[in-house]
Amino acid sequence: MSPDFLDFEQPIAELEAKIGELRHMETDTSLNLSEEIVRLQEKSHELRVEIFSQLTPWQVSRLARHPKRPYSLDYIERIFTDFEELHGDRCYADDAPIIGGIARLEGQSVMVIGHQKGRDTRENIHRNFAMPRPEGYRKALRLMHLAERFNIPVITFIDTPGAYPGVGAEERGQSEAIARNLLEMTRLKVPILCTVIGEGGSGGALAIGVGDRVMMLQYSTYSVISPEGCATILWKSADKAEDAAEAMGLTSDRLLELGLIDEIITEPVGAAHRNYDEMASRIKKALVDNLFHLQKFNTDDLLTQRYQRLMEYGHFTES
Amino acid sequence: MSPSWFQNLLPSIRPDNKKKMMPEGVWDKCAKCGAVLYKAEVERNLDVCPKCDHHLRIGARKRLHYFLDKDSMQEIAKDLSPVDQLKFKDSKKYKDRIVAAQKVTEEKDALIAMEGKVCNLSVVAVAFEFGFMGGSMGSVVGEKFIRAVNICLDKHIPLVCFSASGGARMQEALFSLMQMAKTSAGLACLRENRIPFISVLTDPTMGGVSASLAMLGDINIAEPDALIGFAGPKVIEQTVREKLPKGFQRSEFLLEHGAIDLIIDRRNMREKIANILSILTHQDDYQR
Repeated sequence: MSPDFLDFEQPIAELEAKIGELRHMETDTSLNLSEEIVRLQEKSHELRVEIFSQLTPWQVSRLARHPKRPYSLDYIERIFTDFEELHGDRCYADDAPIIGGIARLEGQSVMVIGHQKGRDTRENIHRNFAMPRPEGYRKALRLMHLAERFNIPVITFIDTPGAYPGVGAEERGQSEAIARNLLEMTRLKVPILCTVIGEGGSGGALAIGVGDRVMMLQYSTYSVISPEGCATILWKSADKAEDAAEAMGLTSDRLLELGLIDEIITEPVGAAHRNYDEMASRIKKALVDNLFHLQKFNTDDLLTQRYQRLMEYGHFTES
Repeated sequence: MSPSWFQNLLPSIRPDNKKKMMPEGVWDKCAKCGAVLYKAEVERNLDVCPKCDHHLRIGARKRLHYFLDKDSMQEIAKDLSPVDQLKFKDSKKYKDRIVAAQKVTEEKDALIAMEGKVCNLSVVAVAFEFGFMGGSMGSVVGEKFIRAVNICLDKHIPLVCFSASGGARMQEALFSLMQMAKTSAGLACLRENRIPFISVLTDPTMGGVSASLAMLGDINIAEPDALIGFAGPKVIEQTVREKLPKGFQRSEFLLEHGAIDLIIDRRNMREKIANILSILTHQDDYQR
């Protein structure tokens, strides 16, 4: 199995390997194989489109956590200019799983906040696998208040398995930190744009996810608990993660259909990690368009709409 | 400990909130010290063990009856019922779980809301029914909480919430997660209108409920020895791979770490909360 491809992508991997072989043969033997190569490339593209048009929720979950998937900082450097990272919650520490700072989006001042994963083991330990502790959420809130003071819109990138379940995190008030952010974000007097770029894991995601527009990248996920966690609790076995992913409806198309998110940002063929620049430019366009739209409203209207949207969440009967 | 032959003679009773399930027994047993207790005596003691002061888990309706003045209660949005929007199925269908929980608890969902008086002060009080799918928060809990908030806003009266919940209701997936934001938004409104919100955390208050409405009290109160936290102790133990400190995530631990304002014994809850509310709202004519 090629490490560059997930199991369901193996037919593509095989074709790509064949194309590679032909290229080698062409240079070694001076045979003209370009027609054959082009034919195979077209086939590979078609195959990729076909496979990606019928992904299961579990396959999407695996793409959302793909080790090569672009992370917040990859997007920040491609979408914004003059990014200045700001650190710390002013109380306890600078929590690396959440990053934030001021920047410009096509010349306009913005505050950017996002979860940050690491590429290798060392980085992942530093980033705590993007599982924030209370000080991470408090840093995010401090930056949101800073943005509010200077009338700067807030843009968040969500990509976390969840808030960190640790002794210290509990001691320092993990619940309170998340709850406080939810409350404050419902009333923050600047536009808030939230985009799920990878994993939207539970309260740890929502704590920077309450806003005026909630968008998801096509192959990202957003759920109340990880498929493994859900499977452990409801099926009594983490092996049932695939069934749990199916049952929870955590994919972007399903959540749009259910009215829980506002917009899907489509990914390049083969998912975001195949083309960082293209993905970044699509996100940028969505951010610019939405921000332009939201800035037409005065603060009262903005907050009323945000509130009403939250009140609409849920299904029940009353008879 | 009583000899086993004696235990066998006892009606099959279990402690805490499952009372409605069992045949009308005369005896109860303390979940903490194991003492066999005369039920009527325990109830006179507000379901606190007379031997060891352990606070037994109690159902939502009983909770509100203990808390509010007699004959002052008016139920809010009592007909709100859950629907299985996602057709969720794990080992059982969510639809069937709802029916089973409704049968066991005789409640429509996991939150009961009442308008009433406490020591003659007008309040809205809500309580979680832990017996209903672990007091989990789904769409009905979120909506009923907001209805309660709206009455507080209309009448400018305080809100008191007794939480007892395992967290978000997984069978409602992302809908349940969004109830965290919904209830928090309601509380932000109370705050802006300077209406007090007293959050009473009872055993257990975890996950999405703890990480939203329960921790957002103007005053956070806990009953003694209640389990309160974000992540469950088992999950934490598996993550950090070490034994958890003694008393971890218990009320006293939270008080020590600054997460709650005070711990109040259930038998003093009415008077203490009435006193707090009367001070916050500048009233001195409540009935002590």
